[in-house]
Amino acid sequence: MSLRRNKLGVILAILSIFLLAAVAGCAKEESPAPAENKPAETKVLKLATTTSTEDTGLLDYLLPEFTKDTGYEVQVIAVGTGQAIEMGEAGDVDVILVHSRAAEDKFVEEGYGVDRRDVMYNDFLIIGPADDPAGIKGEPDVLKAFAAIKEKQAPFVSRGDDSGTDKKEKGIWKKANITPEGDWYIEVGQGMGDTFRMADEKKAYTLIDRGTYLALKDNYQLEPMVEGSPDLLNPYGVIPVNPEKHPHVDFEGATAFAEWLTSEKGQKMIGEFGVDKFGQQLFVPDAK
Amino acid sequence: MEIIVQGLKEGFLLIWQGDAEIVNVTLLSLQVSLTALVIAALIGIPLGAALALRNFRGKHIILNTIYTLMGLPPVLAGLLVYLLLTSRGPLGQYELLFTPAAMVIAQVLLAAPIVCGLTARAVMALSQEVYDTAATLGASRRQATLTIMREARMGIVAALTTALGRVIAEVGAVMLVGGNIRWHTRVLTTSIVLETRMGNFSTAIAIGIILLVISFAINLLILALEKRTFRYENTIQIT
Repeated sequence: MSLRRNKLGVILAILSIFLLAAVAGCAKEESPAPAENKPAETKVLKLATTTSTEDTGLLDYLLPEFTKDTGYEVQVIAVGTGQAIEMGEAGDVDVILVHSRAAEDKFVEEGYGVDRRDVMYNDFLIIGPADDPAGIKGEPDVLKAFAAIKEKQAPFVSRGDDSGTDKKEKGIWKKANITPEGDWYIEVGQGMGDTFRMADEKKAYTLIDRGTYLALKDNYQLEPMVEGSPDLLNPYGVIPVNPEKHPHVDFEGATAFAEWLTSEKGQKMIGEFGVDKFGQQLFVPDAK
Repeated sequence: MEIIVQGLKEGFLLIWQGDAEIVNVTLLSLQVSLTALVIAALIGIPLGAALALRNFRGKHIILNTIYTLMGLPPVLAGLLVYLLLTSRGPLGQYELLFTPAAMVIAQVLLAAPIVCGLTARAVMALSQEVYDTAATLGASRRQATLTIMREARMGIVAALTTALGRVIAEVGAVMLVGGNIRWHTRVLTTSIVLETRMGNFSTAIAIGIILLVISFAINLLILALEKRTFRYENTIQIT
């Protein structure tokens, strides 16, 4: 019994240290109260998002403006959609910006997030080697293209990391009634940039989001094969983490972020992003 | 706290059930790292001994270089091997990138300096007396050298353990040159990265446990070896 009590004591001690630290932290944040009605105080907002929004430079383009407007400084944690949602569920972040509609709906249904909003969409394309062993170049129907790749056993590199892109790809295989298996189907479990690099090295096909493709295409040789199919659209949503599940999250900031992204100004900036750098728009704003 | 306990529980369960993928990943890890270790030993031990026992110009520069390479960042080793093996690189025609062979090459690059450097240190730590005694007793040059190597054997074993510990726990190089391809080049460390990124913490912990158990087993083996070797010899004791 005494052992158990000891253990309890240790746990209590550790907890109280954390508590003290937390209180001290809060006090610190509040004490230098800035002049009223001035957004001089920088409040920190934690955002978990997918690598695509970070890698394309979209966030670097939007966030300084958001900070200027609201006084919130955003710390970005760029991971796969799966992990971003996981972070939201654990209350490690205040808001998530991801692209996997089914997983997003589940996140909201289970009460981890509230008030999901459409923000924008981009699209995916299939890229592959110029000699096109599966003969899919220009094929308008992505399902047929996937069937041809499987038919020819042409090498295909899959993210295989449960990310939004990976879920999209798995969804297309499923819709085409194909179970991708065998030596030709290469699951690498890495990010989009790494997957692009490996597909290029292996002269394989892969599914890629347009933003990453445009940002990196000059480094590699793979070419666009299939694009424009409705099955290749990729909608993004922003979801504040539910403060009822995690009282410590900054719900106010998260809502401000969601509102800003879907505001006229945020939407206009999203639509303009990339035009000067890539000669085409990367994301299409679609907030309602 | 809950997530760690939960992870440990599920982790042990996964191992207990002998999940096919985890078994595959574990075996590949062992295969790659042990192969790399054998090659590193074949290069590193003779080279280390030669560096310790012979005097020549530039010896210290070479030793210093090797000591520096002992701390070579794995991801840099990976990058070098990647650039050699990429299809546009000098060895591109052999199509070794993203194969276990590429991972072995990268790990040899990491392990060989450790084996070489620590062997050299172990041999240099022996006094001149060992050689002199052997020579006095009528040993040929070759025999005396062998005697020295025998005396330094525990240091060499320690070198091998250190090298194995480093390569089996290394993630940067194998991720780059192996590519973490499922069923082909996915090893314990790259699995942990992937599972963590996917939020599958229990699987990640399970694989972490395997990694620790392997390290523990290696050290147990060394300890047993050490005991047997020194059974009839005097070890230092404070009385």
